[in-house]
Amino acid sequence: MAKKHKWVDLIKDPLNENNPITVQVLGICSALAITVKLMPAIVMALSVMVVVAFSNLIVSLIRNFIPNRIRIIVQLLVVATLVILVDQILKAYAYDVSKQLSVFVGLIITNCIVMGRLEAFALANKPLDSFLDGIGNGAGYGLILIIVAFFRELLGSGTLFDKQVIPQSFYDMGYVNNAMMLLPAMALITVGIVIWVQRSLYPQLTEKE
Amino acid sequence: MDRNSNLYTILFAAVVVTVSAVLLAVAVMVLKPAQERNKRQEKMTDIMYTIGLDKEALTTKAAAEGLKLNYKTIESYFKKYFVKQYALKSDGTVDKSVNAFDINMKAEIKKPENEQRFPIFIANVDGKTYYVIPLYGKGLWDDIWGYIALEEDANTVKGVKFGHKGETPGLGAEITKKWFEKQFVGEKIYDKDGTFKGITLLKGNKDPENKDKEDHEIDAISGATLTSNGVTNMIQERLKHYLPFFNKVRQQKN
Amino acid sequence: MELWNLFIRSIFIENMVFAFFLGMCSYLAVSKKVKTAVGLGAAVVFVLTITVPVNFLIDKYLLQPGALKWLDPSFANIDLSFLSFIMFIAVIAAMVQLVEMFVERFAPALYASLGIFLPLIAVNCAILGGSLFMQQKEFTQVSEALVYGLGSGIGWMLAIILLAAIREKISYSNVPAPLRGLGITFIITGLMAIAFMAFMGIKI
Repeated sequence: MAKKHKWVDLIKDPLNENNPITVQVLGICSALAITVKLMPAIVMALSVMVVVAFSNLIVSLIRNFIPNRIRIIVQLLVVATLVILVDQILKAYAYDVSKQLSVFVGLIITNCIVMGRLEAFALANKPLDSFLDGIGNGAGYGLILIIVAFFRELLGSGTLFDKQVIPQSFYDMGYVNNAMMLLPAMALITVGIVIWVQRSLYPQLTEKE
Repeated sequence: MDRNSNLYTILFAAVVVTVSAVLLAVAVMVLKPAQERNKRQEKMTDIMYTIGLDKEALTTKAAAEGLKLNYKTIESYFKKYFVKQYALKSDGTVDKSVNAFDINMKAEIKKPENEQRFPIFIANVDGKTYYVIPLYGKGLWDDIWGYIALEEDANTVKGVKFGHKGETPGLGAEITKKWFEKQFVGEKIYDKDGTFKGITLLKGNKDPENKDKEDHEIDAISGATLTSNGVTNMIQERLKHYLPFFNKVRQQKN
Repeated sequence: MELWNLFIRSIFIENMVFAFFLGMCSYLAVSKKVKTAVGLGAAVVFVLTITVPVNFLIDKYLLQPGALKWLDPSFANIDLSFLSFIMFIAVIAAMVQLVEMFVERFAPALYASLGIFLPLIAVNCAILGGSLFMQQKEFTQVSEALVYGLGSGIGWMLAIILLAAIREKISYSNVPAPLRGLGITFIITGLMAIAFMAFMGIKI
């Protein structure tokens, strides 16, 4: 039977204690690829939140009707349909950002967070709880994306939201944008550092020997 | 009915598939016009950019008329400034049955030369005439494309815009940056004897700051030799089809 | 020559893990031992080598705008490309099911050690990513799609084996507690990605 969940916890836990990226180790792929600039990262985070929340909701609504044999396929179908809808809407109303996101919108389908939450939560919980769990995990994912994108855009391009933030005087003194931050390698290291900071602040999250 | 029986499974699957198919089909139908508009807007914006009407300039113009910069205003400016557009045949004559704006460059360049149509957009801004030609070619890794704008003499470059699919960030991808585009402005594509020279991107160019605008050369991008060659070839290959048209224009001027 | 170029590029320069971060989840979870890494890597190579060309054919003859011309000339205006995600995933899910049955029958020890990660290949971003990138690259021949799938798979396998080897060695080092496990793995992968950047200058 479905557990009783406090709505506040559903949203709070995934932000830190049960963060999808740094604790559950899900959804890494896009977290690294899409964080070169802040704007696409935010759009991606919102897209993922919408997909996780609504697929959680839909699967939870029909969870007592799904034949066991086709469970995974039905889940995939629901997620794929939602992702296609999101992709089409982006192409129509946020064209420039959708170009930057390119194939990564489609990859939301295989974003482990989506499937992970469906299996771990939506199949055994009530629709409203599931919806909120989706929002919470989407938010936790978004939080990490925004932190990483913030540093990568600031240090790599000197801009935030494509507007120059580092004063020209710095450049005149010889400061140069660290172009490495724009490359995949530094994204990995940045996330490693975020994990380092998180686990230093919250030792209960460190892995046992 | 037993949830796990074969009949139920098949019925369930059929219902779910039908519902999503209908949902998607409806969404796609509703959204397609907006998506098409975005692509058209991008094309118009890029073309206008090459003649100096970049986003800032257009926003200022629109604000002066109390308008916001959206698809409608962009389209109205495009129609206002680009008075003519032609789909040229390889001999320089106009094919009236083809709409120049709708030509898909990527597919067009694959056709044999006598079947290809070469789009040209002619603008009139504050009494001056400009010619904008779409470009398409191969970079190091994948396709590159762009637009080149020439002044009334069909010789001096007014502006350029480049795009690419997968050139290396920091190297070949620099062709989209303003510092690269600026080098083209003022270069001439014909020499003093009237021979077509195009623009060559040269390594170890003796004129790195591009002060000489009559040498038909600009400095190649360090570390991006092949992309630079791609740009050179793209300009040569595409512009040479417009020579009959340009020659007519140049004769009329003289 | 083009095919060879594509092959080398997809292994070293456009490496699925180090350049596009695809398939990271199972990568991070499975890369603790070299033996499991080899097994999973081989399965991924197999699935990619088959699904990418199959999806290419589906895309070319079914989904692209105008692709249905061969059925009936009046279908030339139909554009089914919005169904790409669903079709590709269906093909991938079917292939993975086949691979699972194959491995269970012929390599039961590997099947046991891979556990849940074998069916999870179906939702591994690297597999869907391979098909989506293939679609973006607009290949003209099925041979190009085949080479791209094979190369991408080999690149992924290479990355996961290298990381497993490093992690096996690092289990004897003194890593600070907050970095232990996940944190240090990210940093190692980042350093490896920097190393792979050296391949960017290859011209064939």
